[in-house]
Amino acid sequence: MRAILIRDLRLSFRAGGGFGLALVFFLILIVLTPFAVGNDPVVLSKVSIGVIWIGALLACLLSLDRLFAHDFEDGTLEALVVSPLPLEMVVLIKVIVHWLTTGLPLAVLAPIFGAMLGLPAQAGLMIAVTLSIGTLGLSAIGGFGSALTVGVKRGGLLLSLLVLPMYVPTLIFGAMAARQTASGGDPTIALTILGAITLTGIATLPFVAAMVLRMNVR
Amino acid sequence: MNVDLGKYASDVLAAYGVGIAVLTVMVLAYVFRHRRMSRNLLDQESKSND
Amino acid sequence: MSIWEYANPKRFMGWSGTVLPWFAVLAAGLLTTGLVWGFFFTPNDFRQGSTVKIIYLHVPSAWIAINAYLMMFVCSLIWLIRRHHVSALAAKAAAPVGLAMTLIALATGALWGKPMWGTYWVWDPRLTSFLILALFYIGYIGLWSAIEDRDTAADLTSVLAMVGAVFALLSRYAVLFWNQGLHQGTTVTIADGAQQENISTVFFVPLLLSMGGFTLLFVTLVLLGTRSEVMERRLAVLRKKAQIL
Repeated sequence: MRAILIRDLRLSFRAGGGFGLALVFFLILIVLTPFAVGNDPVVLSKVSIGVIWIGALLACLLSLDRLFAHDFEDGTLEALVVSPLPLEMVVLIKVIVHWLTTGLPLAVLAPIFGAMLGLPAQAGLMIAVTLSIGTLGLSAIGGFGSALTVGVKRGGLLLSLLVLPMYVPTLIFGAMAARQTASGGDPTIALTILGAITLTGIATLPFVAAMVLRMNVR
Repeated sequence: MNVDLGKYASDVLAAYGVGIAVLTVMVLAYVFRHRRMSRNLLDQESKSND
Repeated sequence: MSIWEYANPKRFMGWSGTVLPWFAVLAAGLLTTGLVWGFFFTPNDFRQGSTVKIIYLHVPSAWIAINAYLMMFVCSLIWLIRRHHVSALAAKAAAPVGLAMTLIALATGALWGKPMWGTYWVWDPRLTSFLILALFYIGYIGLWSAIEDRDTAADLTSVLAMVGAVFALLSRYAVLFWNQGLHQGTTVTIADGAQQENISTVFFVPLLLSMGGFTLLFVTLVLLGTRSEVMERRLAVLRKKAQIL
């Protein structure tokens, strides 16, 4: 089990593995924002939380289609399905690796990017917190979507179509908590619900995704 | 009978136009697909039988 | 004889062929009556003017848009548990109808909103939920068409329908949190609508007819679509056989 964790981590850090890709994509999105909405600091600071969250959503999508695809193509997945290791655990590990290599670094860097967009300082920490909780849920949902489309050639577009609507609740509560903090409110409720969604997702979706993978390799 | 739509006539007519158009297209699509499938199936069955 | 016998493809083709014309005629009759009555023979509301007439399209299509998903959910569950092919195919046949109904509900709603709320679109919870529902329908249809192996496609779309239902509900309530809306609450509850005078009888009777008509139309189209799917499958099997011989 630890071997899979290490293998997947190593694969994603290798060139073309997608580790830096999501971060760079995120950075470019932040850089593009002032060109799109104008450089008025008031407007920028108003949209900053939204842009960061949308950027995180899209960055999480980038490497999703390869979550199981490589293993599916070279037959590793079939080996994993018949191996004594529970497939649910394998899925969970892959989801966590995806989060460690995209969601978590994004969350850590988000306050810096946020400051570039004029995000109020007191919201900087909160956006890191909401992002790091939220993106774990996003990775779990993405793992399910990725398992669904693993057998589809060029499934990337379909994957985004399937997964993005499911990101809605996470986005709503994650961005809500950050916005409430920025405006001096109390984010506890939104933060609690965000945590609940993520925990439920990470606890149940690996089982569903494993079921779907078995259907795919049958 | 009341056909005096008043000042909202364009909105009401547009809504009915869109609604009925979508319904018609959908019904036709289902009917044509059903016809095509029946025809193809008959062809194939007669071919398989000789 | 168990009820599941009716789900046997051959038997299904038999009985569905018999009842289909009846359903079609009834659906057309009810739908025409409801819409014509609603459009020509109802008074204008004193506040909403003639726009109240849009309700005869808006409410029934919204009702089918939601219930079509419910039906897909049940059919997917039956497929996953009992492996009746007809069930999976019925779910597949229902999706385009559901999508079309969602679009009608959105379009008529926008056209009603322009004169009433002063704008075609507001990010109101109900509108937003329906937009998300449309996305779920599109994703479901997309997944069906993307996967070649038919049984795998049925399996995967069924799981998607189940998980999608959970997320659609979750989004529904999340969106409520996000914005308390402009949209009025549901005024048409079949059981008590007429008694409570939520909506007066002049409007209620044609609306009920229209809702019945939409429901029958939905059933008719699902039967028709399922028949097409069953035939397509049989066709594929026959062609494969012909190739082997």
